[in-house]
Amino acid sequence: MRSIQLISGRGIPLSGDDIDTDRIIPARFLRCITFDGLGEQVFADDRTHPEHPFNQPHYQGAKILVTNRNFGCGSSREHAPQALAKWGIEAVIGESFAEIFLGNCLAMGIPCVSAPSAAVKHLQQLVMIPATVLTIDLEALQVYSTEFCMTVTLDEASRQMFLAGTWDACAQLVAETGHIRVTAENLPYLNWTRI
Amino acid sequence: MSERTLFDKVWDLHTVSILPSGQTQLFIGLHLVHEVTSPQAFAMLHERGLKVLFPERTVATVDHIVPTQNQARPFSDHLAEEMMQALERNCSEQDITFHNIGSGNQGIVHVIAPEQGLTQPGMTIACGDSHTSTHGAFGAIAFGIGTSQVRDILASQTLALSKLKVRKIEVNGTLRPGVFAKDVILHIIRTLGVKAGAGYAYEFAGTTFEQMGMEERMTICNMAIEGGARCGYINPDAVTFEYLKGKDFAPPESSWERAVAWWTAICSDTDALYDDAVVFDAGDIAPTVTWGITPGQGIGVDEAVPVLDALADEERPLAEEAYRYMGFKPGELIRGTRIDVCFIGSCTNGRISDLREAAKLAAGRHVAPGIKAFVVPGSERVKQQAETEGLDRVFTEAGFEWREPGCSMCLAMNPDKLQGNQISASSSNRNFKGRQGSAAGRTLLMSPAMVVAAAVTGSVCDVRDLFTEGHPHA
Repeated sequence: MRSIQLISGRGIPLSGDDIDTDRIIPARFLRCITFDGLGEQVFADDRTHPEHPFNQPHYQGAKILVTNRNFGCGSSREHAPQALAKWGIEAVIGESFAEIFLGNCLAMGIPCVSAPSAAVKHLQQLVMIPATVLTIDLEALQVYSTEFCMTVTLDEASRQMFLAGTWDACAQLVAETGHIRVTAENLPYLNWTRI
Repeated sequence: MSERTLFDKVWDLHTVSILPSGQTQLFIGLHLVHEVTSPQAFAMLHERGLKVLFPERTVATVDHIVPTQNQARPFSDHLAEEMMQALERNCSEQDITFHNIGSGNQGIVHVIAPEQGLTQPGMTIACGDSHTSTHGAFGAIAFGIGTSQVRDILASQTLALSKLKVRKIEVNGTLRPGVFAKDVILHIIRTLGVKAGAGYAYEFAGTTFEQMGMEERMTICNMAIEGGARCGYINPDAVTFEYLKGKDFAPPESSWERAVAWWTAICSDTDALYDDAVVFDAGDIAPTVTWGITPGQGIGVDEAVPVLDALADEERPLAEEAYRYMGFKPGELIRGTRIDVCFIGSCTNGRISDLREAAKLAAGRHVAPGIKAFVVPGSERVKQQAETEGLDRVFTEAGFEWREPGCSMCLAMNPDKLQGNQISASSSNRNFKGRQGSAAGRTLLMSPAMVVAAAVTGSVCDVRDLFTEGHPHA
């Protein structure tokens, strides 16, 4: 289980509010039984516009996405953060995130940290400078480069899970089989009918 | 009195443990599975040497990739065929009930579970699909999850989750004629915004919801997620119990009274404490249409596309993007917008009551020239019921195509897609850029009745105008 505390790399700015998961990965690319190959399809429709950041040579290899309000809204498709991850994104900084998207990123080990609008927009300007290398520190809840430093927020439970390396919860959940069965026994509807 | 909401009670009942992170390990009473978000989850299970822990609490069907015409196997789309085979194989290997095409029980997952009585008050319900919130209409805590979480439920019948806050959304009064459940939820979302619900469960309360049938309540809860709320619910009542009585998997006669007593007890206490509350008046709600690229960009059919000055600063960039993409000018009336394609269906509005309402308006009228219009019943049972009532003939005589059940053009994973920059009148739940199968396609969300009105006139029109023409509407 891999503890995640520091993520360093170049940033890529993606301006706009309410960027939904249909745009991150259009539905036609959900016709798959693995997550392989999704990296090439990330933002497939938006990228028909040549100026899209994900098309720019100087952003290739970026690890930290910087975006705005309500990122990842809409469909629960985990294919969306999977596509971002396969493209190379390891963390996201934004003004706010949609909830299911946040949960999917947590399960994949991709921290999504938040900051106020003005700070995020300033950061989006900063990462346009090619030499800028960002570091996200989940212990200190800060994002910094050689030139600046800013505070970010992340809910405490997620923060604990990234630092402890328990962001993939499956093993912890499975270990509780005894308690799981006790809980089930106390739910009357499980006994009313066999489905 | 315990001051607890239904959400609090159901959460507590299903809490298995508190994990070291502080998250709750929550038991999931019903796990619904479909072909898009499960293949990788089953693969991960296999990789980790795990098996499904509670196959008896797991029910699967196919809906997203199903063609609504030409369903012969193998599907002409070989990727879709591969997904079908993966689900068939996984369900067979893990002994999971699977409602396949032709079984009589297949359909959109959020349509089939309620109609079989699988969805019940007081349950926690999860599925790898964000519109799982639909089942909250029964007083269940139901929410969408991603593929890794599907894996977690398959392996442990539990999830690691943080508890949500609860916002009470009260709507009181009687809806005006021509105003339906779809309009109510679109109105709520346009007012509160698409991200207001993040971190919250929405409890829908008030006389307007009490007057609704279960299918209307499902329309409401279905779109809670479009308002940012992962979970939305309505306290169960006599309407809920009446709907459930006699359904395949409802409690049998011998358990009925105990079930009703338990269901009643999990309702929110009269002194329940909420984190936030908002109140609406049903009389303020008009037939509502989305004009933009999020479900929150909605207006009454008699309103104009908002000008920038009328919008809060933070809404303006998205509005400008929407004007450009949709081709609307600020201040332009939405009424009269010419339409290309009309779609009735989806987990929002694909149930028998939706089809009945649409058929009432379609009867004696005809789809306007040049319009492609089609109706996709939400499940094989809905289709069967509709055909028994002759609704299919009403639609086909009116020039609508009558299709097989599936998600269809809600998200266009199957062959039902918009072409180019076609504009649709759609009874579905999302109008995002490219949502309906074409990168330039445009979607106007509305009620099924409003879709019929658009189909027969060829443009967005106020469904209430059709009522005054002397045609029966009841």
